[in-house]
Amino acid sequence: MRVNRRTFLQSTAAIAAAGMFSSSAWAEDPINVASIHDLSGGLDIYGKPMVDALTLAIEEANAAGGLLGRQVKLINYDTQSNMQLYTQFAQQAALKDKVAVVHGGITSASREVIRPVLDKFKTLYFYNTQYEGGVCDRNQFDTGVTPAQTVEKLVPHAMKKWGKKVYVVAADYNYGQITSQWVKKYVTENGGEVSSIDFFPLDVTNFGPTISKIQAAKPDFVWSALVGGAHISFYRQWAAAGMRKSIPMASTTFAVGNEHIVLSPDECNGMLICYNYFQDLKNPVNESFVASFHKRFGTDYPNITELAMGTYQGFRLWAEAVKKAGSVDRMKVIEALETGISIDAPSGKVTIDPPTHHCVLDVHIAEVADKKLKVLEDFAQQKPADTAAVCDLIKNPTDNQQYVIKI
Amino acid sequence: MDLAVLLAIQVLYAIASLALISVGLAIIFGMMRVINLAHGEFLMLGGYAAIVATSHGISIWIAMLVVAPIVVGLIGVVVERTIIRFLYGRMIDTMLATWGLSLFLVGLTTAIFGNTTVGISAPLGSFQIGAYRTSAYTLFVITVAAVVLAVIFVVMRWTRLGLIARGTMQNANMASALGVNPPRVYAITFGLGAALSGLAGAVLAPVSGVFPTIGVAYVAKSFITVIGGGAAILSGTVSASALFGSINQIATFVTTPVFGEVALLAAAIILIRLLPQGITGRFFRRGL
Repeated sequence: MRVNRRTFLQSTAAIAAAGMFSSSAWAEDPINVASIHDLSGGLDIYGKPMVDALTLAIEEANAAGGLLGRQVKLINYDTQSNMQLYTQFAQQAALKDKVAVVHGGITSASREVIRPVLDKFKTLYFYNTQYEGGVCDRNQFDTGVTPAQTVEKLVPHAMKKWGKKVYVVAADYNYGQITSQWVKKYVTENGGEVSSIDFFPLDVTNFGPTISKIQAAKPDFVWSALVGGAHISFYRQWAAAGMRKSIPMASTTFAVGNEHIVLSPDECNGMLICYNYFQDLKNPVNESFVASFHKRFGTDYPNITELAMGTYQGFRLWAEAVKKAGSVDRMKVIEALETGISIDAPSGKVTIDPPTHHCVLDVHIAEVADKKLKVLEDFAQQKPADTAAVCDLIKNPTDNQQYVIKI
Repeated sequence: MDLAVLLAIQVLYAIASLALISVGLAIIFGMMRVINLAHGEFLMLGGYAAIVATSHGISIWIAMLVVAPIVVGLIGVVVERTIIRFLYGRMIDTMLATWGLSLFLVGLTTAIFGNTTVGISAPLGSFQIGAYRTSAYTLFVITVAAVVLAVIFVVMRWTRLGLIARGTMQNANMASALGVNPPRVYAITFGLGAALSGLAGAVLAPVSGVFPTIGVAYVAKSFITVIGGGAAILSGTVSASALFGSINQIATFVTTPVFGEVALLAAAIILIRLLPQGITGRFFRRGL
């Protein structure tokens, strides 16, 4: 082949262009997304489904071409149900891995551990768990339901069905303490009475004296805000004492850790719960979501939990905001989210409520029936009214605290 | 009145479950001076043994009362032969070794069974006391504890095995000179202690469920009971269980479970301050 000036220039230009193209492709690093969840230890019943849902959401985003033309990379931290590791991993995610966003925290205690760390190092934070409400922090978005969305609906439903006298048993940390106050507030407002609130450290397994006390108090129903593997023995001992048939139960935490599958139907049938998501919701988005979830993780996957869906929706909301902002820059994404971004999710329409950074979403009351959760009643587009009563991040963008209900 | 009866049953149950979870430790610690920090894991293994056996179609009673003690007893003998026997008289070293063993067993069971709580429904249903209902299984646990303590008493007091065991624990060299083989006695005693722990873990499994780290919930209470009881194995365990069990249960009933635990620990601290040798250091000194 004869090389003249023209062909030489053409070929070298092509090589140079190819080189430039490939070097620019190398420069497009993936977007790092941190997942900080307990994948071992006592809280892994909650953490595993959350991480699975996040994995699926990221794989879907990457299959659709990534975000802003970049792939999304999931960086997984297992906090092993240990609070110290939350601080350590939050710092590592923010400083070493320089992630665009952190999804994580399960218990309210763990959230309050990582929230200040991520505030300090200016890293966007999504907390995707249903919780007691009241967190007001411009750096944080909360995709889980709060008491004004669930307890407010479930209390009158249960009181109409069973009666006015309620006995509350709750886990002894900020979630149980605050949630039980919300239960008391709504029970009182509906003309009922809370006869007692008992708190249990997370490792208590002997509920005998409490069960006797509940019988002595003769409530119309029991409200459970118990958390974690050890507390499952409450339901077991309750049923063993023959109480399930005489005093019914409602809960803000039951089934979130698939307790309804761990326990036999004889130990928990008939219990009432209220959440944003149930695997059996009938809508096309959910049906295709469940199908792809089962394709990814196997059809024998026990149950897609409320917390898993919160995490999936949390990532989708963030991804939507990134597209809108055209950037993963923290402030640009926060501002995009504050326009009131909305997604069509498996649980229905989910919209960010700009003043509170919580979500407007559908909730449903369901009943435990033979290891399934049977949806009884639907409430469309519930606002986070509890947090909205105290928190307005549009007026006070520098507000940064968790408001606690006062009764 | 009904409530008083119910409360009395609850108190008896608390005493029985404390005695059950402590007696294996009391034998291993009291007789052999081995601080077995893997005691909680022996209880946990008993629970898993019962649940696995039940899920393979074995009757729950056989699983709890036969399979679990045999399995954990054999594990105990293996542990004694491979680890503990090299460390007699070296208290700190045994603590380290058994602590490592405890971590190993937690890791192993997590790898095999996962970290979720498993359990079996308590059999026997419930019964009525006036206006109250309680689980009939509670009475079963009380019965098991009473039978276990009675059997230990009979074996220790009136059999040749008990005599040899007590003799070896008092003075191993003398026993050896009289023709007893102390290593064999140690192995058997350790195995028996482990078997009793396995039995306790299995009997309590339907009440509390089983997960790999449940041993932690048991081990502190067992040690407090054994130390509070003092040197005499049987009367020490019984008296300390009776004291701590009733304090814990009554305080829990009157206030909350948090204060129930606080009351138990406070009672233990006061007791050890007043009676550094445990209850049997001052009372029932001639007991077993």
